[in-house]
Amino acid sequence: MSDAPVLLEMRGITKEFPGVKALSDVNLVVRKGEIHAIAGENGAGKSTLMKVLSGVYPYGSYTGQIIYQGAECRFSDIRASEQAGIVIIHQELALVPGMSITENIFLGNEPGRGGVIDWKAANRQALELLARVGLQEDPDTLIKDIGVGKQQLVEIAKAFAKNVKLLILDEPTAALNETDSQHLLDLLRGFKQRGVTSIIISHKLNEIAQIADSITILRDGRTIETLDVKADGVDEDRIVRGMVGRELHSRFPDHTPTIGEVFFEVRDWTVRHPISPDRLVAKGSSFTVRRGEIVGFAGLMGAGRTELAMSLFGRSYGTYVSGQIIKDGKEIVLRSVSDAIRHGLAYVSEDRKSLGLNLLDDIKTSIVSAKLAKVSRRGVVDPVAEHRAAEGYRTSLRIKTPTVDEGVGKLSGGNQQKVVLAKWMFTDPDLLILDEPTRGIDVGAKYEIYGIIQQLADQGKGVIVISSELPELIGLCDRIYTVFEGTITGCVERRDADPERLMKQMTSAKKA
Amino acid sequence: MSRVKELQKSLFAGTTSNARQFGMIFTLVAIVLLFQILTDGLTLNSSNLISLVSQYSYILILAIGMLMVIVAGHIDLSVGSVAAVVGIIVAKVMQEYDLAWPLAIVLGLLVGAVIGAWQGFWVAYVGVPAFIVTLAGMLLFRGMNQYIGSANTIPVPEGFREIGAGFLPEVGPDTGYNNPTLLLGLLVCVAVVIREWRARRTRREMAAEVWPMWISVIRVVVPLIVIVFATLRFAGGRVGTSFPISGIILGVLVVIYSFITRNTAGGRHIYAVGGNARAAELSGVKLKRVNFLVMLNMSVLAALAGMIFVARSAASGPQDGLNWELDAIAAVFIGGAAVSGGLGTISGSIVGGLVMAVLNNGLQLMGVGIDRVQMIKGLVLLLAVALDVYNKNRGHFSIIGSLMRPFRRAAPAATTTPIESGQEPAKTPVAG
Repeated sequence: MSDAPVLLEMRGITKEFPGVKALSDVNLVVRKGEIHAIAGENGAGKSTLMKVLSGVYPYGSYTGQIIYQGAECRFSDIRASEQAGIVIIHQELALVPGMSITENIFLGNEPGRGGVIDWKAANRQALELLARVGLQEDPDTLIKDIGVGKQQLVEIAKAFAKNVKLLILDEPTAALNETDSQHLLDLLRGFKQRGVTSIIISHKLNEIAQIADSITILRDGRTIETLDVKADGVDEDRIVRGMVGRELHSRFPDHTPTIGEVFFEVRDWTVRHPISPDRLVAKGSSFTVRRGEIVGFAGLMGAGRTELAMSLFGRSYGTYVSGQIIKDGKEIVLRSVSDAIRHGLAYVSEDRKSLGLNLLDDIKTSIVSAKLAKVSRRGVVDPVAEHRAAEGYRTSLRIKTPTVDEGVGKLSGGNQQKVVLAKWMFTDPDLLILDEPTRGIDVGAKYEIYGIIQQLADQGKGVIVISSELPELIGLCDRIYTVFEGTITGCVERRDADPERLMKQMTSAKKA
Repeated sequence: MSRVKELQKSLFAGTTSNARQFGMIFTLVAIVLLFQILTDGLTLNSSNLISLVSQYSYILILAIGMLMVIVAGHIDLSVGSVAAVVGIIVAKVMQEYDLAWPLAIVLGLLVGAVIGAWQGFWVAYVGVPAFIVTLAGMLLFRGMNQYIGSANTIPVPEGFREIGAGFLPEVGPDTGYNNPTLLLGLLVCVAVVIREWRARRTRREMAAEVWPMWISVIRVVVPLIVIVFATLRFAGGRVGTSFPISGIILGVLVVIYSFITRNTAGGRHIYAVGGNARAAELSGVKLKRVNFLVMLNMSVLAALAGMIFVARSAASGPQDGLNWELDAIAAVFIGGAAVSGGLGTISGSIVGGLVMAVLNNGLQLMGVGIDRVQMIKGLVLLLAVALDVYNKNRGHFSIIGSLMRPFRRAAPAATTTPIESGQEPAKTPVAG
């Protein structure tokens, strides 16, 4: 493959966001007609790089050069890159559910003259395109009536309608089941034969190893290496080594855990997806938490960790099928969030802005909001008690704000996260489930939050940490469960935890 | 600029929504003074103030309920029709079955609760958008009013009329004023002083910085001046008239509901649901129950407003309550509530309602026809909300800044405090 002409070269791409260097001096060479995979942990910069390429981040907002078909390109927006034949298909599909397949394929790109759509031509072309992507479906079918696998194919057909030369797929199989994934991969191979070049971003390393001709590995916003799959004899282990091959610095406060007996246990927890009932988001999951223990849940995006946690937290996600929760030796049934709070559970969401906080509130209102009864008498809130409670957390968690009367919307990500933590600490939980507790916050604040988590464990509480950053889990947790497609695939003790082993368990259904 | 902000903060002890209110109060005072001049003093004349209160109290009662509905992220279009159907039922049972009027009022409130439960059920438990449920309710209950009353007007007995057309009685020694009104004014004055004193004490207990004494003095003295002025106006009107009973009902409701929305867990939940429903649910707020109760409460208040209106006009008719929902919704939005929910205060809505009332009243006093009054009211609503949206898009609050710029050097506080505490009973009508 390495003798094919270069289609795209990205040279020395650097992209900075306020306070964060998302990409630094990244290089990428894609040859004509190959399938090029980009691998890396979450936050390694894969998506940012693709957004630079597709013009989401326009020319001028990054430094470096994009050379495509032998000429330098300066895309000002997505339209410009699409005109050049570069089409990106995002993980969240950009289809209108209530419109037909044809309408979606030509949305914004309608055939016709003077704004009048030529439906005859559109339908004819749609049929051709659908044949090319191997989708046998009436083009008049509404998008919402076909499965997500077929929707993915419609997206690709849409890309072909734009005369695609370089197709970029961001996590194309994340939402697909085994058969649909396989079909999609076969399709990509077929495109290759017809000279279409693809870039694929995927967390599923077995798929990458199976389909890609070459692999570029990113880590911490830098290019680590580019592997030629056939020549280098690349397998999953080799990719994993490239992705995680970093040493853990002392990014974690020193901590000696005091671990007690098991006090929280989940047995055979099975939950159905809320919309497509034939999909299980948790499949017979069982796990335990001991007092004073920090338990990690490792898994790739979409593995079902959040869904598992939320379904335990008063059935906030999906449809309960079966399973038991045992706390302090007794089975408890949590039908609502208030049940869960009453039984000493707390869930800190991964999405603090849309699920964790009311951004219109001030700090003190937010902190007491999950257990108002603690600062009220007969339903009337005592402003002094409320203020005192909020002040207590402001000092102990070092929330950077002049007063607790400030709006939470104005705080930085790290401080917002501290407010959410305070909100749930205020409910006096026995078990805290922290979903991506350090997402989107800077290193200093991360360190502080690790310290808070350790303190909570030292108070004899159980803490579950869900994280997509393996170093974080390895540095923080006493025990780590791995989750793959709704199944708990293994449990690793702290002393045995190494990134490669975890990554393997996170990417295959084989029980370790 | 920061000086002004600080001052405004300590005077209004508040956050952005209070800042919005500050602008509204400013606008209200400006409108009152404008009309006072344009009408040669007719606006603040005793009989005009009295009729203003009795004419708009039922709209303001609706605005209280509507505020909570809108804060929770809904809307209620049916309030006028609900008011009408309750009015006709109450009038009919009193006429045909000789039900005693106090019992008729209880019955009316019950009917309101049943209607509210009906609408709340669809909104909260079935998940039909409130816009649709109450649009249906608007038609349903308007029709029901005409069906029950055979599209006729039914008169109501004397005793019942008190709640809409009654005044505080003339008792006690001849002072040249209405004594109960004087007493009421005195009570409100005492309440203002106690409130400020307690606010200072709370700040001290929080171990927070207490604002300087002179600010407290302003916060007490300015409202007191307004209250005394208004008390004398209301007490000194034509013999037989004084502060209207409906105004007292309104005042009591404002106090109660301000307390509920501000100081109780239930009130917090309404704001939480409107601000971020998913986050509220994940904090243990019972989303459905909150939505149900908010809709239920609105219909009960609509029932009360309907009965007050029937009492005032001495009869219930098929056209009662027409377009009330629009007045109530306008009051709430002018009063600073966010269209997307989660923001707004009772006192703000009352001020917003008063702005509309004074505008209406003043223009009518000037002999402007109903056609042009409507056009002006529409533009005022549009401008008020447009300003809000504009400020939100700029990411920070600047209505005060834009209002205060010309006055930067003058002390802005003195002229603008009057109805700061919208929850004091007699004060809200007073400022009108």
